[in-house]
Amino acid sequence: MASRASPAPRYRLAVASRVLAAIPLNYALTAIATALLARHLPLSRAEATIAATLTSFLIFALIAMAIFHARSTAKVWLWMVGSTALLGGLLALSLQLGGRA
Amino acid sequence: MKDGFRQSMAWLHTWTGLLLGWLLFAMFVTGTAAYFQEEISRWMKPEVIAAPDREAATQAAITYLNRTQPDAENWFISPPSARTPTANVFWQPRKVEGEEPRKRRGRRGDTSATLDGQGQPVTARETQGGFFLYRFHFDLHYIPVHWARYLVGVAAMFMLIAIFSGIVTHKKIFADFFMLRFGKGQRSWLDAHNVTAVFALPFYLMITYTGLVTLATQYMPWGIAANYSQPDAFFEEVFPGRAEVERSGIAAPLVPVTPLMEVARQRWNGADVGSVRVALPGDSNSTITLTRASSGAIGSRGESIVFSGTSGDLIEASAPQGGAMATQSVMIGLHAGRFAGWGLRWLYFLSGIGGTIMVGSGLVLWTVKRRAKLPDPAHPHFGFRLVSRMNVATIAGLPAGIATYFLANRLLPLGMEARADWEIHSLFIVWGATLIWAIARPEKRAWVESLALAGGLFAAVPVINALTVPRNGITGLLSGDWLFVAFDIAMLILAVGLGFAARKAARATTAKPPRRARAIKEELATA
Repeated sequence: MASRASPAPRYRLAVASRVLAAIPLNYALTAIATALLARHLPLSRAEATIAATLTSFLIFALIAMAIFHARSTAKVWLWMVGSTALLGGLLALSLQLGGRA
Repeated sequence: MKDGFRQSMAWLHTWTGLLLGWLLFAMFVTGTAAYFQEEISRWMKPEVIAAPDREAATQAAITYLNRTQPDAENWFISPPSARTPTANVFWQPRKVEGEEPRKRRGRRGDTSATLDGQGQPVTARETQGGFFLYRFHFDLHYIPVHWARYLVGVAAMFMLIAIFSGIVTHKKIFADFFMLRFGKGQRSWLDAHNVTAVFALPFYLMITYTGLVTLATQYMPWGIAANYSQPDAFFEEVFPGRAEVERSGIAAPLVPVTPLMEVARQRWNGADVGSVRVALPGDSNSTITLTRASSGAIGSRGESIVFSGTSGDLIEASAPQGGAMATQSVMIGLHAGRFAGWGLRWLYFLSGIGGTIMVGSGLVLWTVKRRAKLPDPAHPHFGFRLVSRMNVATIAGLPAGIATYFLANRLLPLGMEARADWEIHSLFIVWGATLIWAIARPEKRAWVESLALAGGLFAAVPVINALTVPRNGITGLLSGDWLFVAFDIAMLILAVGLGFAARKAARATTAKPPRRARAIKEELATA
C-alpha cells in the first residue's frame, strides 16, 4: 500500500472498495445472517427473533474489522459475495419451506 | 489497510473515529446530561415543588382526564416518583373514520398535561427541560426523527468498531493507564485519550452496544421480517396489553385505579407502578394496563398487567420473560440507567464525562498528530482546517450552547409565544455562532475564546438563577433544597473546567517540532 503522505489513486480505490464491502454489502450479509438465525435458533419464535437481533451488531462489527484487516481486496470481495450468495440462498430456501412466519 | 493486524486496526480506529467523532461527542454530552434529565427538568421548572403521593396523584389524574378528555382513545399517565414531582399525562384523541389513526403525530403539547397531586394542571414556565437533552441524544433536532435515529445508529456502529479496533491497537493497555504525562504536547493528548478510554472501557463497550440495542428493531428489522408477516404481530406477542381493543359503544364508568395499583405492587414484590394506560375510557370494553416502574429493577421492559376497566378483573399479565427477552430488557435498562440510585447515577455521569473527554481528546489528537507533518504549517490544507475548526465548534460550542439553554430558561419572558422552542433555538444559535467564530478566527485564538465563552456562560448560570428565581444554591443550603445546591455546584465545576481548558489552550505552543525520543515516535505511529 502507498504511504499516507501521498495517497496513490490505487490506495484510494482500495479504500473506497473496502468501504463498499464493509458498509452496504456487510449490512446485507448481516441482515441475511440475522434473518437465518431468527428462523433457526432453537428457541421460541419471539425469543429467536430477539436473540438474532441482539447478535447482529456484533456480527456487523466483526465482519467490518475483518474486511479492513484483510491483505487482498480481491479476496475480501470473493468472501463477501460468496457468503452473501450462500446465506441468501439458504434464507430463500428456508422462507420457501415456510414454518415460523 | 496497513500491514499487520494492529496497524490495520489503528488505521480503522483513526478514520471511523474521526468521521463520526463530532456527532459522537454531541451524543456523549447530551446522553451524559440525560442521566439527570428529571433533575434538570425540575431545575428548569422552579415553580413546581410538590412531591405528592403516587397512588392519589394517579387517581386525581384520571379524574382530570375523565373531565377533560372523556372521548379519548387512550390515556397514558406517568405517576409522580421520587425524581419527578408531577404526574405527566397524554392522550390520543378519538379515531375519526376514514383517517389514518395510528400515525397521528401532532404536537405533544396539544395532547398532554402536567398535573399536581390534586389533578390540577401545574402552572410553570413552558420548557422542555432535561427531556430535550435526552431526546437530542438520539433524535437530534431540526431533522426528521426517523433519519436522525439512523444517523445516530451509524455513529454508534462506528463507535463500536472504533472501540474494538482501539482495544486491538492498544497492546500496553494496562501500563498506559498509569501514564498521564502532562505538558508534553502530542504525547499528552495520546495519554489523555488512552487514560479516559481505558478508565471506563467496560462502560463504553456496554453503553455503545446497549445503545444500538435500544433501537435494534429499527436498525436490524430483518429478524422480525423473517418470522412475522407484520412487525406489529411481533410487538403484540412480546408486549401484552399493546393490542387494540374494540369499542362496544356501551357507556360504563371506570373502576378506581388505586386498588389495582396495590394488586400490581404485590405481584411485583413491592415495586411501584411506572405507567398507566387506559384504553377506551368510558366504554364497557375499556382496559387498564399497569407497567412496572423502571426504577424497580435493571430490566427496562417492566412487567405489565391488564385489568378490565369496568370490573377491575385481571385479564392478562405478562408471561415470564425468556432468556433473550430478559437480556434485551437488561441491556436497555443498563443503557438508560433508570434503575440507578444516587451513587450509581453519579458514576454513570462521571463515566459519561470520561467518554466525552475520550472522544474530544481523540478528535484533537487527529489534528495534533498531523500538524507536525504538514508541508506548510502556516497554511494547512483544507481537510486539516475543516477538522480543526469543527473540533473547536463541537468541543467548545456545544457546552456553550447548553449553558445558554439554561440561561434562556431563566431569561426569556415567561409569557413568550413558543417559549420552549426558543429555549432550544437559543442553544443552536450560540452553537452555530461558535462555528462561525471558529472559522473566522485564527485556530488558537478560536480555542481560547470559545472555551472561555463556554466557561463564562456556565459561571453565569448560578448568578442569573439567583437574580431571577427565589430558589438557588444558598437558599437551598439553608432550607435543604439540595437540587439547587447540586445544580449550582455542577455549573461552577463546569465553568472552572472550561476556564482551565481555555488557559491551557492559551499557553500551548502551536506546532511543536517533533523532538521526542524514537520510542515514543514509533508508538505514536500506530495510534
